[in-house]
Amino acid sequence: MSVRKLTLGLVSAAVLTAPILATKAQAADEIFIPLLVYRSGAYAPNGIPIANGFRDYFDLLNKRDGGVGGAKIVWEECEFAYNTKVGVECYERLKAKKPVIVNPYSTGLTYKLIPKAPVDKVPILSMGYGRTAAADGRVFPWVFNFPTTYWSQASAFVKYVGAQEGGMGKLKGKKIALVYHNSAYGKEPIPTLQALEKKHGFKLTLLAVDHPGQEQKATWLQIRRLRPDWIFMWGWGVMNQVAIKEAAAIGYPMDHFIGVWWSGTETDVVPAGAGAKGYKAGTFHGAGPGYKAHEDILKLVYGGDVGKAQDNKWGEVLYNRGMMNAVYSIEAIRTAQKKFGVKVPTGEQVRWGLENLDLTAARLKEIGLDGFTKPVKVSCRDHETAGPVMIQQWDGHQWEFVSDWISPMTDVVRPMLEEAAASYAKENNITPRSCN
Amino acid sequence: MDVLYAVFIAPFVDMATAPIFFAEVIIGGLIAGVMYSLVALGFVLIFKASGVFNFAQGVLALFAGLTLVGLMEFMGQTSTQQLPWYLIALAIIGTAAVMVALAFAIERIVLRPLVNQEQIILFMSTIGLALFLEGFGDVLWGSDVKALDIGIPDASFEWGGILLNQFDLVAAATAAVLVAVLAVFFQKTRVGRALRAVADDHQAALSVGIPLKSIWVIVWSVAGIVAMVAGIMWGAKSGVQFSLSLIALKALPVLILGGFTSVPGAIVGGLIIGVGEKIAEIYWGPLIGGAIENWFAYMLAMVFLLFRPQGLFGEKIIERV
Repeated sequence: MSVRKLTLGLVSAAVLTAPILATKAQAADEIFIPLLVYRSGAYAPNGIPIANGFRDYFDLLNKRDGGVGGAKIVWEECEFAYNTKVGVECYERLKAKKPVIVNPYSTGLTYKLIPKAPVDKVPILSMGYGRTAAADGRVFPWVFNFPTTYWSQASAFVKYVGAQEGGMGKLKGKKIALVYHNSAYGKEPIPTLQALEKKHGFKLTLLAVDHPGQEQKATWLQIRRLRPDWIFMWGWGVMNQVAIKEAAAIGYPMDHFIGVWWSGTETDVVPAGAGAKGYKAGTFHGAGPGYKAHEDILKLVYGGDVGKAQDNKWGEVLYNRGMMNAVYSIEAIRTAQKKFGVKVPTGEQVRWGLENLDLTAARLKEIGLDGFTKPVKVSCRDHETAGPVMIQQWDGHQWEFVSDWISPMTDVVRPMLEEAAASYAKENNITPRSCN
Repeated sequence: MDVLYAVFIAPFVDMATAPIFFAEVIIGGLIAGVMYSLVALGFVLIFKASGVFNFAQGVLALFAGLTLVGLMEFMGQTSTQQLPWYLIALAIIGTAAVMVALAFAIERIVLRPLVNQEQIILFMSTIGLALFLEGFGDVLWGSDVKALDIGIPDASFEWGGILLNQFDLVAAATAAVLVAVLAVFFQKTRVGRALRAVADDHQAALSVGIPLKSIWVIVWSVAGIVAMVAGIMWGAKSGVQFSLSLIALKALPVLILGGFTSVPGAIVGGLIIGVGEKIAEIYWGPLIGGAIENWFAYMLAMVFLLFRPQGLFGEKIIERV
């Protein structure tokens, strides 16, 4: 055998066995969580703070507590630039490292991963996004979208508007426009709003905006003619900034303009300057870095360097969302560890952890997030928990809460959601499991 | 019957019964069209001088916008503190200088080694350039959405019932001046004629003593400055961010319609596309769920293409056997 062949053989053997060895080494006392991120591309301004929130919380746990339940948290970022195809490739690549949970951070990618989850035994947590029907745990045992969904949020918006108008009875005859991203994500609230339109007698107008949404003159001319009493927006990326600016330009009262929780970040309002003042958005968690967990991150992850932390979006809306998502993932892992008495649970065991997650107010306080969000209790049947929504308002400098927690209209949303889940089950030959 | 009425009658009735709104739609379309033209102009300049479709034109606008915001921040601009006008002017001049320097670099590193290569090779090189500039801009200035305020007033006002925006009017005026200057530059100056000669044939232009290197530097510099203007106008509307590079998509139907080699074509094409897509979106869009303006612009351009393959103002294609 020549030296060349021998070298080639050794290199090939090393390349082939390295992943196996790495997986084995990792399996001992490390829990692997893939982070599918978009730090580049058109949606990077949204993707970066989310990714940082995840990363910093995991880093904090490793530094402060030595990980979770004695196991170190290991993560690897895979850049997919919010491109669904690349996202699937990322998932497939990182699957070899035996992830225990995946957070896709893209509705399109969530749709693609849903059929893979039961096959790969990797549960999906699409926190407040993705396929709304996945809230029915009987049809989607591997997918979780707590604490609330787009449909619940849409109903909470209508409830909020009703309260602002002086009662739900006053909605009759009111005009509500939905300005939405012309994609699966943007269309999510339409069935709910149409059902509520019938029930409460308001007039709903749908205005689609194509990706990326850089030019919206036609949409806002229609708004100007229609003069809706309220506008809801299901936007993403540059669409949000342009819409807020256009609304200000036509003199629309900004306190009657409410965005989905993906349209309510600092990034969305700052470019519009003073015109954005008064704009509102839904949320399901606190804003700003005023919580104990943030203090710990500042101290242990950034060594007390506030400037560096702020450069990493510490405390911004999307940073907090990424952090909250990391909290849910970790608490589900912790639940699985306790139940099965293992340091490193499998994906299947974490699925059980997600389904039996009971994040109480006391536990939130314990982990330094007192009052940050509402407690969550997941069940076999209910993977959403129909959590409440709050309305926040931009005061020109920061987000302020302007409502109490608003419970969604489960009497309207849940039957619709179960119907959609049943329809999915039928199309995909799924026999719903029993949750009794 | 209802469908026929909705498609062929109702929109026209709507236009006739609400003439002020219809006028507002037309003006809105013209203003959007001007913004498209600003982007299309950059493509036309490069195409006229080299016969190359510059895939990087949208990214040049992004890069210029990022550079301008970066320089303004370096000079002390914050979200609460506006720079005095002379510092803003200095930042704009600085950005223009960066774009000229970039043109030199592109000529030296990308174009010079490709003289006399097939057009497709040059086109591919602009794809590489776009990818490089995207990444380089990201590394240099970050991925954040950056607010851009160069002091152009942004207030809206009503004129005869029509809502107008000061910023839009300034953008329209800027584009008009830019087009006038470029038209004179191409038609009346020696450099302009040399640019056209280079576009026709590199070797022939070289043989009559036209300095190819200088011409390319000039044209890429001018295209860079046009990209800067487009970047400022679009960036001020949406914030300077990565998606600014996607405005190139808005310029394509304009180029198809107006012709790849005509400066006035870029303007007239932009206006036709702008007005056409707004009318389509508002009067016919709701019939099929809306969001038709993007594909409608391409459809409109394709219809023109059926009758004039070279575009409205493009040079007639004559192939001699």
